[in-house]
Amino acid sequence: MQFSEAWLRAFVNPTLETHELVEQLTMAGLEVDSVTPAAADFHGVVVGEIIDLKPHPDADRLKVCTVSIGDQSPLQIVCGAANVYQGMRAPTALVGARLAGDFRIKKSKLRGAASHGMLCSEKELGLAEDAEGLMDLPADAPVGADIREYLELDDSIITLDLTPNRADCLSVEGVAREVAALNDMACEPLPVTEIEVVHSDELPVAIDAPEACPCYLGRLIRKVDPSAKTPLWMHERLRRSGLRSLGPLVDVTNYVLLELGQPLHAFDAAKLEGGITVRSSRPGEQLALLNDQTIILEQGTLVIADNHKPLALAGIMGGKESAVSQETTDLFLECAFFAPSMMMGKARRYGLHTDSSHRFERGVDPELQHRALTRATELICAIAGGEAGPVTEAVHQGALPERPAVTLPADRACKLLGVELTAQKIESILSRLGMKLEPLPDGWRVTPPSFRFDIAIEADLIEEIGRVYGYNNITQRRPLIHAELRGNSETRLDINRMKDLLVDRGYREAITYSFVDEALQAKIAPDQSAIALANPLSSDLSVMRTTLWTGLLQTAQKNNNRQQLRVRIFETGLRFIRENGTITQEKQLAGLAMGPVYEEQWAETERSVDFYDIKADVEAILSLSRRNASFVAASRPALHPGQCAEIVTPEGEGIGWLGMLHPGLEKELELASNVFLFELAQEPILEKSLPSFESPSKFPSVRRDLALIVDQTVTADRLLETIRANRNLALKEVKIFDLYCGPGVELNKKSIALGLILQDSSRTLIDSEIDAVVAEILDRLAMELDVKLRT
Amino acid sequence: MTTTLDELLVSASREIADADDLKQLDQVRVRYFGKKGLFTRHMKELGRLPPEQRPLAGQAINQAKSRFQAELEARKNAFEKALLDERLAKETIDATLAGRGQNTGGLHPVTLTLRRISNIFGSVGFDVVEGPEIEDDYHNFEALNIPAHHPARAMHDTFYFDEHTLLRTHTSPVQIRVMEQEPPPLKIIAPGRVYRCDSDLTHTPMFHQVEGFMVDEAVSFADLKGMLYEFLTAFFEKGIQVRFRPSYFPFTEPSAEVDIECVMCGGGGCRVCGHTGWLEVLGCGMIHPEVFRFVDIDRERFSGFAFGMGVERLAMLRYGINDLRLFFENDLRFLEQFA
Repeated sequence: MQFSEAWLRAFVNPTLETHELVEQLTMAGLEVDSVTPAAADFHGVVVGEIIDLKPHPDADRLKVCTVSIGDQSPLQIVCGAANVYQGMRAPTALVGARLAGDFRIKKSKLRGAASHGMLCSEKELGLAEDAEGLMDLPADAPVGADIREYLELDDSIITLDLTPNRADCLSVEGVAREVAALNDMACEPLPVTEIEVVHSDELPVAIDAPEACPCYLGRLIRKVDPSAKTPLWMHERLRRSGLRSLGPLVDVTNYVLLELGQPLHAFDAAKLEGGITVRSSRPGEQLALLNDQTIILEQGTLVIADNHKPLALAGIMGGKESAVSQETTDLFLECAFFAPSMMMGKARRYGLHTDSSHRFERGVDPELQHRALTRATELICAIAGGEAGPVTEAVHQGALPERPAVTLPADRACKLLGVELTAQKIESILSRLGMKLEPLPDGWRVTPPSFRFDIAIEADLIEEIGRVYGYNNITQRRPLIHAELRGNSETRLDINRMKDLLVDRGYREAITYSFVDEALQAKIAPDQSAIALANPLSSDLSVMRTTLWTGLLQTAQKNNNRQQLRVRIFETGLRFIRENGTITQEKQLAGLAMGPVYEEQWAETERSVDFYDIKADVEAILSLSRRNASFVAASRPALHPGQCAEIVTPEGEGIGWLGMLHPGLEKELELASNVFLFELAQEPILEKSLPSFESPSKFPSVRRDLALIVDQTVTADRLLETIRANRNLALKEVKIFDLYCGPGVELNKKSIALGLILQDSSRTLIDSEIDAVVAEILDRLAMELDVKLRT
Repeated sequence: MTTTLDELLVSASREIADADDLKQLDQVRVRYFGKKGLFTRHMKELGRLPPEQRPLAGQAINQAKSRFQAELEARKNAFEKALLDERLAKETIDATLAGRGQNTGGLHPVTLTLRRISNIFGSVGFDVVEGPEIEDDYHNFEALNIPAHHPARAMHDTFYFDEHTLLRTHTSPVQIRVMEQEPPPLKIIAPGRVYRCDSDLTHTPMFHQVEGFMVDEAVSFADLKGMLYEFLTAFFEKGIQVRFRPSYFPFTEPSAEVDIECVMCGGGGCRVCGHTGWLEVLGCGMIHPEVFRFVDIDRERFSGFAFGMGVERLAMLRYGINDLRLFFENDLRFLEQFA
């Protein structure tokens, strides 16, 4: 809602400076978005009259004008505007004037002809973005008058950012009502003058859908002057509300919409066939709208129709064919009430949003139609002449919205707001807002005015009381809180602990969008079908991620492009999967590392990160939850088939993946080096087992080292499992401390060095016992895995 | 006797002085003190003296021995000290060179801000609860008193999957989910990602919010004001001007927007605050009776407040970040500035 401050002050004029008024509106919940001057900052411009006009002797397009500026002698001004004519009154910038953009007017010569000033367009005064030709002032504009005073340009344009509940303030009168209530001033509704009814012609009006349109008023106005012009004052008020002048008939409907908040529509009566029906659209009907768009009407759309065709989208926009034009002499003026429940979302279905639909959706005062129609008639007849006919009224009283009274218990407002208010104060606030109060033994019955669609329950009234009393006048206090000791699980980890761990291990946290590029994700996780958005912003944000790797890889890619080759990042968040028609949203933790293991520095030889580096990071995470998990060689489309492991719990549940990005993908994504990735489901790794103490042995441990020759295909896990199958309790630990393949070791074999640590809890082990355990282990290894001792 | 004790001492002193290192010094020690050493020889000759001379001679020898030993010890200490000094000098390193190994990384500024917010509210017992990001229409809108076609829906540019399934446009549905499950009293903070179909200089299609609410007997708007004022003071670690402006949210009534004095210009007016001196940082209000009706909480007995804040906005103000889009570009040079 945008309007001129002067217009508002014509309704109610509190003794407040502009900035105070604006502050008051904002603090009452009518947020002022901007306050801008009504015109550019200029001075030295007066009303001039072109009393003589001659062609320029040396320039075809220029004219030499003699301009009267009142008492002083006329000025010679050279002008290039096409619309200049003798007798025209136009803004005249005198020598010494300063125009918008600090443009100063000096005496000058144009192609040899002296020019003492400049005739101005609306653009030069900052009244319009663009202008064709000079501003053509009315013939009664007082010659010599300062243009700022004449056009009342020392005014501000106030723009309100209204919340959807305050439809009652979508008019200057509505805002004035509010300002009056805030300042405890009177503000009577704008008085309107009934125009004498000259003819008795009427168009029959029938309402087929009374729930949607309980009230439809119309009247024929004949013999308006098609050449009439919108008066300057109206033109200026419309301009200051952001509307262009479109001829007096349309201007009047727009003006009344701004003034009172009632949308009206003017039909060219000559284009109508028969009477008016307010009805639902019929199958296959089309309508060419005023904005040059032709729509196919969905069945059930409320339209205004004549006997043959739909004329307008009810409450949204008129049709092109029946619209008033510069030839219109007879018009049918419509003023209706459409129910908000019917209007909601309708305009949007057709991709439309108009001043009219905006107001009807939120609620127009159902008691306003007669006054608004009278006001519009009065203005049309004053501007364009015309003969008014009687008002045709179709009203379904029972379908009009009611404002049932709301009961407000006396102490309720004070309790909810947390402030002491006297009954008198509450009564005063509510009455100022136009509510009718009936005292009850313990409170009030409050009937809101017809224009307040937002007052239906007690809380609505309390909000009004708080708002007008002033939120900032309510003293803040500390809420009372019940002291409750909450459980604190020791077997449940916080994901923040894992995030901190990764940070300590050199990772930076990234946050990427949950929706990703469908094509990219299909390359990374072709086995998962992603959930697609119905209305994505763009194709690269079109499906939900099924793995956090999609975002992390894109992040790596972008950083590589910015010469960041060492990347260590992680992310936590949901992945989204549709399985058998149900959507699951799983919390994940994922990481990516590429480039050198360490930042380049003097003390470390540069080495690229590898599988075992990030495996250590994953193991560190798992150790926080004291979880035994195994890393099982597996394959996944995004990963290198030889460097990929699934992380599996002892119960056989897969909880994550780890590996090197497939070199094919690495190339396709144009990444700078090998990339290593991991991803874990959060839920299983946040469960932690409670530590359970075991007494350390007092007796010395013994270590036996073995060098073994093992088949290449035998994994470390397999080897260790086979050793641990030995149930001798003395075997405490097995360490792999060396791995070698190459000269001296047969092809397809590897040499593994093991350290066996043996210890008993009750005595010192003797050599023969140790030898027996080692021999048993070696036998089993030889038998099951064909392992030999290296000689 | 071949040499007198005095002569012996003179020669011993000279030899101690002449020794070049610990090894030579030890040779000197052996020559005088060893089994066949010169002093030992004197001691052996002592037995041949008449008994009455022995005490005196013995005393003389012992004195000479002590002197010799003292000299020897002093010389040895000097050598050892020199050796240690040499080692220390040799082992001196450049302490200004960087340490070895992995550097630490850092958390995203959104996480830092979220943790701050959770910690501040956690200090008086607010619990952190998360909810789903793919939501249903009921929890995101309907139960928050935003029926279909409500004009407030136009303010939420919603991403849909189908008619009933969407990406949550705010963290408020967590309010509903908690109240459906648990009876009052409730003190909850719900942080998380939210989504709006909007992308320009000041909007990203995904951002973070923290929803907070408290339901108890006799919770009032004055309590809400007090709690948010203390939160903002704690968050910015300084006393700041705060104002509560009436506003409208379908799920609270009365509703307010909370402005703080611009932390960039101190309220004088600048580009960041649009020259108003105020910055909008929070939306809040008393939980709407209709919302309580949906979750079946006794409106006569309980009241509650709720508030919601944009995390990126707070992070931008706190750290002076001037471009919202930086949060999701994950440029390492941006991330490196936060730890």
